[in-house]
Amino acid sequence: MQENENISHENNDDDQHEHAHDDNDAEQHTHEHDDDGQHAHAHHHEESFISKYIFSLDHKMIGKQFLIYGLIMLFVGGGLALLFRWKLAYPEKPLPFIGVSQQYLDDGEVVTGADKRWERIFDSEKEEWVEVNMPAGVMTDAFYNMLFTMHATIMVFFVVVPILVGAFGNFLIPLMIGTRDMAFPVLNMLSFWLAVLAAIVMAVGFFVPDGHAASGWTGYAPLSADPQWTGVGWGQNLWAISLLIQGFSSLVGSINYITTVINMRAPGMTFFRLPLVIWSLFIVAILLLLAFPVLSSALALLIFDRLAGTTFFTTTAEGGGDPLLWQHLFWFFGHPEVYILILPGMGIASELIAVNSRKPIFGYHSMVYAMIAIAFLGWIVWGHHMFQSGMQPGMGAFFMTTTMLIAVPSAIKTFNWLGTMFKGSIRFTTPMLHGIAFVSMFVIGGLSGIYMANTPVDIFIHDTYYIVAHIHYVVFGGSLFAIFGGIVFWFPKMYGRYMNDALNKIHFWITFIAFNCTFFPMHILGVGGHRRRISNPLAETVGDVVTQESLFADMNIFITMSAFTLGFAQLILVFNFFWSIYKGKVAEKNPWHVTTLEWEAPTPVPHGNFEQIPTVHRGPYEYSVPGEESDWIPQTQPEPAPAGGGD
Amino acid sequence: MLHWLPKNISKHPQYVDTLFTLIYWITLVVLVLVFATLIVFLIMYRHREGHRAEYIEGSTKLEIIWTTATTVIVFGLAMLSFPEWNKLKATPENPDYVVQVRGEQFNWYMIYHGPDNEFGTDDDLELENELYVPIDKDIQIELTSIDVIHSFFIPNLRLKQDALPNRVLKNIMFNAQETGRYEIPCAELCGFGHAEMRGYLIVKTQDEYDAWVKEQWPE
Repeated sequence: MQENENISHENNDDDQHEHAHDDNDAEQHTHEHDDDGQHAHAHHHEESFISKYIFSLDHKMIGKQFLIYGLIMLFVGGGLALLFRWKLAYPEKPLPFIGVSQQYLDDGEVVTGADKRWERIFDSEKEEWVEVNMPAGVMTDAFYNMLFTMHATIMVFFVVVPILVGAFGNFLIPLMIGTRDMAFPVLNMLSFWLAVLAAIVMAVGFFVPDGHAASGWTGYAPLSADPQWTGVGWGQNLWAISLLIQGFSSLVGSINYITTVINMRAPGMTFFRLPLVIWSLFIVAILLLLAFPVLSSALALLIFDRLAGTTFFTTTAEGGGDPLLWQHLFWFFGHPEVYILILPGMGIASELIAVNSRKPIFGYHSMVYAMIAIAFLGWIVWGHHMFQSGMQPGMGAFFMTTTMLIAVPSAIKTFNWLGTMFKGSIRFTTPMLHGIAFVSMFVIGGLSGIYMANTPVDIFIHDTYYIVAHIHYVVFGGSLFAIFGGIVFWFPKMYGRYMNDALNKIHFWITFIAFNCTFFPMHILGVGGHRRRISNPLAETVGDVVTQESLFADMNIFITMSAFTLGFAQLILVFNFFWSIYKGKVAEKNPWHVTTLEWEAPTPVPHGNFEQIPTVHRGPYEYSVPGEESDWIPQTQPEPAPAGGGD
Repeated sequence: MLHWLPKNISKHPQYVDTLFTLIYWITLVVLVLVFATLIVFLIMYRHREGHRAEYIEGSTKLEIIWTTATTVIVFGLAMLSFPEWNKLKATPENPDYVVQVRGEQFNWYMIYHGPDNEFGTDDDLELENELYVPIDKDIQIELTSIDVIHSFFIPNLRLKQDALPNRVLKNIMFNAQETGRYEIPCAELCGFGHAEMRGYLIVKTQDEYDAWVKEQWPE
C-alpha cells in the first residue's frame, strides 16, 4: 500500500505540531481505501442515539462504555470497603450519619434525625433491609462478611478487568495496531452487554432474603457450597451465576482481541513492532481465554452442589467430593487471574515511562519475553495459595520454586523500567507520576510476595493482613495507578479534550499518600498476627484478656481514616473526568508527542479510525534518535528518514 | 517491623523466624537500592532545556547480569527453605502426647484420650477452647473439622494448619518452651462467628500438668 503524503509526519517544529489533516471535521474519507471491509456501515448516514451510544459496534465507544462501567463499579466496590473499614476501626460504634447517636444507645433519648428514622424502623412490623444488616447503624458480622466478599468480587471482576482489558483493550488495540475496528464488532458489543447483565445479577444479590454471598471472593467450599453454614441462600447462587455470565463476557472479548491482534495489524506492523501495552493485552487475552473456563466449570459444579444436591465440594460419611477440589480449580483460574490484573498495568506503565522519558524502552525484547514468562509461570504456581490447606506438603516444594521464579521476570521488568529512565529527559507529567508510582508500588508488592512464596514463612503470615497488604500493593498500587495514568494519558484521544492538570496532580498526590498510609500499616498488622477477614479485631471470647489483635486498635483507626481519605480523593478524578468531557481544553492531535499509531488518527477519532490504513516502518519507541532534529519519529515515517523528516 | 512478631515460644520452628529475618534484610536492601536508583535517576535525568535523552535500546550484558543474580537469590532461598518445610510438615514419629482437635462453628474442641491411651472410648475428655499441654514436650495434634474449613493458628508457635471436614491431619507437632496462655485463633473464614472463634493454649510445667491430669481422671 502506498503512503499518502499527508500521513507521513512533519516533525521539524518542536511544540505545536500542525498536521496537514488536523481539521478532522472535514471527514474526507471515502470507501476507496476500504480494503478491509470493516467500516462499510460507518460513514454516510447519521447514527441514531441508540446505535451510537448504547448498542454501539464501534470499538472506541465500547471501550468508553467499559471505562464508565468500571468507574461506576469502582465506587460501589470502594464504598463497600469504606463501610467495612468503619467496622474494623469501631466494631461496636454506629455508622456516622446513618446510625443512631450515642445518647440514643445509652439511654434511648432521640437526638438526631437518624434516631427518629431508626425509631420508626424498629417500630414497624416489616423487617427492613437496614434493620437486618445494620441494626441501629452497627453492622452485623454476617453483613461484614458479605461486604468484604463483594468488595473483592467487584474490584477483581467488575472494575480492574473491565477497565484494563475492556476499556483499554478495546480502545487501544485497533488504534495501536492500525486497523479500523475489532475483528468481531458484534461479539464486542455482546461482551459489554453481558458484563452489564452480570453486574445487574450481582447487584440483585444484595437485596435477596438472607443477603449476598458471604464466603469470601474465593468462595471456599463447604462454606459456599452448603447454605446451612452461612445462612446465605440465593445470594451465593446469584454470585456464581453472575460470575458465569462475566466469564462469557471475558471469553468473547478475549477471542476478539486474539483474532484482531493476529490478523489485523497494519502493513509493516510485525509482532516485534507492537507497543508493549498491546503485547500485554494480547497475552492477557490468551490467559483469559484459557483460565476463565476453569472457573466457569467450578462455578457450575458449585451451583449443582447448592441447588441439585450433588457433593462435588463436600464430603459426607458415605463419601462425596472434596473441599480441596474447589481450591485447586479456583486457584488454577485465580492465579492467572492475578496476572491478568497486573500485566496490562505493566504494559501501560511501559508506554507512560518511555514516552515521558523520551527514550526507547530499555530491552524491548526482554520486556516481551518477561511478560510471556510471567504468563507461563502463572499456570504452575496456584498451589502457593494452598500451602496450609492440607494439600500434600511435598507439593509445597514445587510450588515454592515456581513461585520464587516469578521474581525473575518481575525483576527484569523493574530493572528495564529503571533502564528506560536512565539518561532520559524525564517530563513529570501526571501520566508519568502515575507510571513512577506504578513501578515503585509494584516493587513493594513484588518484594512482599517473596515472604509468602517461602513456605515456612508463609505458615505464619498466611491468612493475615500481610496478604491483604500484598494484594493491594499489586492491584491498587500497580493496576489502579496504571489505570489512572492511562486515563489521563489517552483522555485527549478518547474525548478530544484534556483533563484539568491541576486537579489531576492534586488527585495523584492525595491518592499516592493516602494509599500508602492505608496499606503499608497492614504489613505490620500481618507481622503481628492480625487475621484477615475478621469482623471485629476487638473480639474477646474469654474474660478480660487482651488479644493480640486488639493491640492494633489504633493502627486500625489510622488505616480507616486513610482509607476514607483515599476513597473521597477519587471523587476529584470522577469530577474531573466528566467535567473535562464537556468543558476540558480542546486537545491537539498528538499532545504528548508519541510515536505510536493511535496518535496518527484524527482527534476525535472518527468511525473507522484512520483516513487511510497506515503503513508501519519502524518500532514503537523511536525517541531521541541521534541525528534527528525531533526527539520522536512516528512509526509511520519511512526509513531512511529524509533529513529533517516531514513533507 | 520484625519486633511486631508475637513472641516465639517454640522449640522447633525457630527457622521460621530466621528465614523471616533473612528475607526481610534481602528485600529491604533490594528495596532501598531500587528506590535510591529511581530517585537519583528522577533527579539527574529530569527534563532540562537544551538537554536531550540518549538513545539506548538496552544492554544484553545487563539483562544477563540481573536475570542471573535474581535467579541465584531466589533459588538460594528456596534451597534453604526445603529442609525446614519438610521438617515442619512431617508427621511426628514419637510424640510425647497426642491431642485431637476438632473445629466446629465457632469453637475448637480439644479431645484427650484419658488413661486408656485410646481415642473414642468412654474416658475421653472433651474441652471447649482450652488446650492444656506440658512444657518442653512434643505434642502431636490430630486435626479435623466437622462443618467447614477452619484454620488452627498458634501465632506464638509459628504454627498454622487448615482443618478439613471429615479428614484427619496428623502432621502437626509443636513443643512449647514457655509456660503461659496463648491464643489459638481460627485463621480461615468460617462464617459470621469467625472473628470470635478463638481458643487458648495453656502451657503448664510438668508438675502442674500432671496435677491437672489427676484432677480430670481421679482414680
